[in-house]
Amino acid sequence: MTGMSTPLAGYLLVAALLFAIGLGGALVRRNAILVLIGIELMLNAANLNLIAFWRYGPHPEALTGMMFAIFSIAVAAAEAAVGLGLVIAIYRHTNTAELDKIDRMKG
Amino acid sequence: MSPIFYLLAALTLAGGLAAVLLKHLVHSALAVTVAFAGLALLFLQLDAQFAGFAQILVYIGAVAILIVFAILLTHGSELPKGGVFSHTWFLGLVIAAGVFAVLGWAVLASVSAVPQSNIVPSVTVHDIGIALVGRYVLPLEIVALLLTAATIGAVIVAMHEKERAR
Amino acid sequence: MITMLGAANLLLANPLFTNLDQIFVLLRNWLVGFFPVAIRPAAGVVLGVVAIVCVFPGLFALTTVFERKGLGRIQNRLGPNRVGPFGFFQPIADGIKSLTKEDVVPFRANAVVHFLAPLVLVVTVFMGFAVLPMGRNMVLVDMDSGLLFFFAMGAATELSVFMAGWSSRNKYSMLGAMRAVAQMISYEVVLLLSAVSVVMIAGSLSLPAIVAAQNQYTGSFPHWYIFTPWGLAGFVVFAIAATAESNRSPFDLPEGESELVAGYHTEYSGFKFALFFLGEYLAMFSLSGLGVTLFFGGWLAPFSFLNFVPSWIWFFGKVMFFIFVFIWMRGTLPRLRQDQLMNFAWKFTLPFTLLNLLVTALWRFMGEGWQRWVVCTIILAAAYVIFGRIEMRRQHFGPRKYRYAE
Repeated sequence: MTGMSTPLAGYLLVAALLFAIGLGGALVRRNAILVLIGIELMLNAANLNLIAFWRYGPHPEALTGMMFAIFSIAVAAAEAAVGLGLVIAIYRHTNTAELDKIDRMKG
Repeated sequence: MSPIFYLLAALTLAGGLAAVLLKHLVHSALAVTVAFAGLALLFLQLDAQFAGFAQILVYIGAVAILIVFAILLTHGSELPKGGVFSHTWFLGLVIAAGVFAVLGWAVLASVSAVPQSNIVPSVTVHDIGIALVGRYVLPLEIVALLLTAATIGAVIVAMHEKERAR
Repeated sequence: MITMLGAANLLLANPLFTNLDQIFVLLRNWLVGFFPVAIRPAAGVVLGVVAIVCVFPGLFALTTVFERKGLGRIQNRLGPNRVGPFGFFQPIADGIKSLTKEDVVPFRANAVVHFLAPLVLVVTVFMGFAVLPMGRNMVLVDMDSGLLFFFAMGAATELSVFMAGWSSRNKYSMLGAMRAVAQMISYEVVLLLSAVSVVMIAGSLSLPAIVAAQNQYTGSFPHWYIFTPWGLAGFVVFAIAATAESNRSPFDLPEGESELVAGYHTEYSGFKFALFFLGEYLAMFSLSGLGVTLFFGGWLAPFSFLNFVPSWIWFFGKVMFFIFVFIWMRGTLPRLRQDQLMNFAWKFTLPFTLLNLLVTALWRFMGEGWQRWVVCTIILAAAYVIFGRIEMRRQHFGPRKYRYAE
């Protein structure tokens, strides 16, 4: 348990827990929007990891972790827009956003 | 480990947990906003000012609003009749717990092997800007293209199909 | 000319004027001196916060009475004139009224969200003031990424509007909130991009640094960004977007009384309503402050021989001038329609702002000289005319088919 005392381990554990929460949400909930929320949480947890490694890594001036996080934020925004657009399109088609009920491959 | 870290971690995790567990979709969206805000504050705690503010701007200002709009457009603000959790919820829970166990074990077992410097990095926005248009200019352009494509794609996907509407 | 400048510099060197200029900084330092050394930095910040939290609501009270009197004058009536001399104590009466009024929460409302919405709004709006430089050395936190912080806080207010509208369980609230959020999102893009051109020239996201970059005088005329072609275009777009962001007339569709009762704060009464009211005015103040900082040289004097006037007077004077323009527009312009609003945001202002970014880059790389003035002005004027023509051609004037009861 020596690892617990370092700040990096704390951040990594929080990120791991948040990732698990997001994964659980994506797997457990019925609504497609909630699944997207879960995915967003997972992406955010990854960002926290990147920033934590940047901060406590040996070369913070190289900015690698920070850049990864910034790009990841931008990509996540695109992902949310497309994902929610798809949810809305599916809702319009099937009149439901519940994933259990969307089980046909024919329109 | 400062008490502020524990406070922010608790806030973030509580927000995430509430987002996943709350029945009402709008409540979930608001709870996930709390988680986003907590994460932004954690970024600030990690001296990543730029990333923290970008997080607030993008996630609270755009993604949360998008989620809320999607909820309202899919009539998600009414409670569903058949429960909010899927039939295979137990399996999902087990998988999530398993993933957390593996991640936690990996972190605790390996973190002492990672070299850690505790110098506060003095990174200005200027440095970030230089890096963005210098070393990272290709990813930047690709992200710009991706965002444009995603915006157009999202609009086309969500647009009314005129011949099908009523 | 030279003697005048010399006199101004003499005045500037005079300790009385420096003291007057720095009076709030000195006051803060004096007060901080009473605290133990360990907590002095924290105490300084707390004092600054207290000052902001006191000054701007005070300004808000003053503005409400001036707005009502000014609107009254525009509409050929007197305005409030009962409470105190010329009605100047009206805000106090209003304050007492809103504090003592019953706080009605609709039966089916979502009580927690309903309660949190006005608080989130006011807190996030107040946060924006933290990075505004209100005078020489008068900025609460000189952040390296201050502008980004300002916009991040502005983005957070949108969610509180949604919270208010959704939690009230009222169709008017909901419609008003959706209108407000759609409008704020659309114009936020424009607001951000118009500020980016200033960042490109000043080379910094820190607001005090942006003011410092404008601190030059040719003769006695200042080098504010408004006096450049791209700055003027940027400012016009910024002002439009700021008006839309703060939901002020002519962009006050979210609370259009004739259609939506009062928009997202229909179901709010008493103190919570007062908080929304306060939030709207604080947003006006902070956006005006940002506009002043970005384009009008912040706390700088308009002529170099006026430098002896304390810097904070210039800042607040400029802000109050913008507030006056806000009120003037409210009294003069009719409200837009929703489709006009959206078309204007996405089809006119956004392309124009993007072009303005290109023009700013051109300005930056053409170097000193008169050529860049000519080229930039011609490009912007031509773009304005062409975009305007295209937009006008798309308009179909004639009998309008209303589609509300299809």
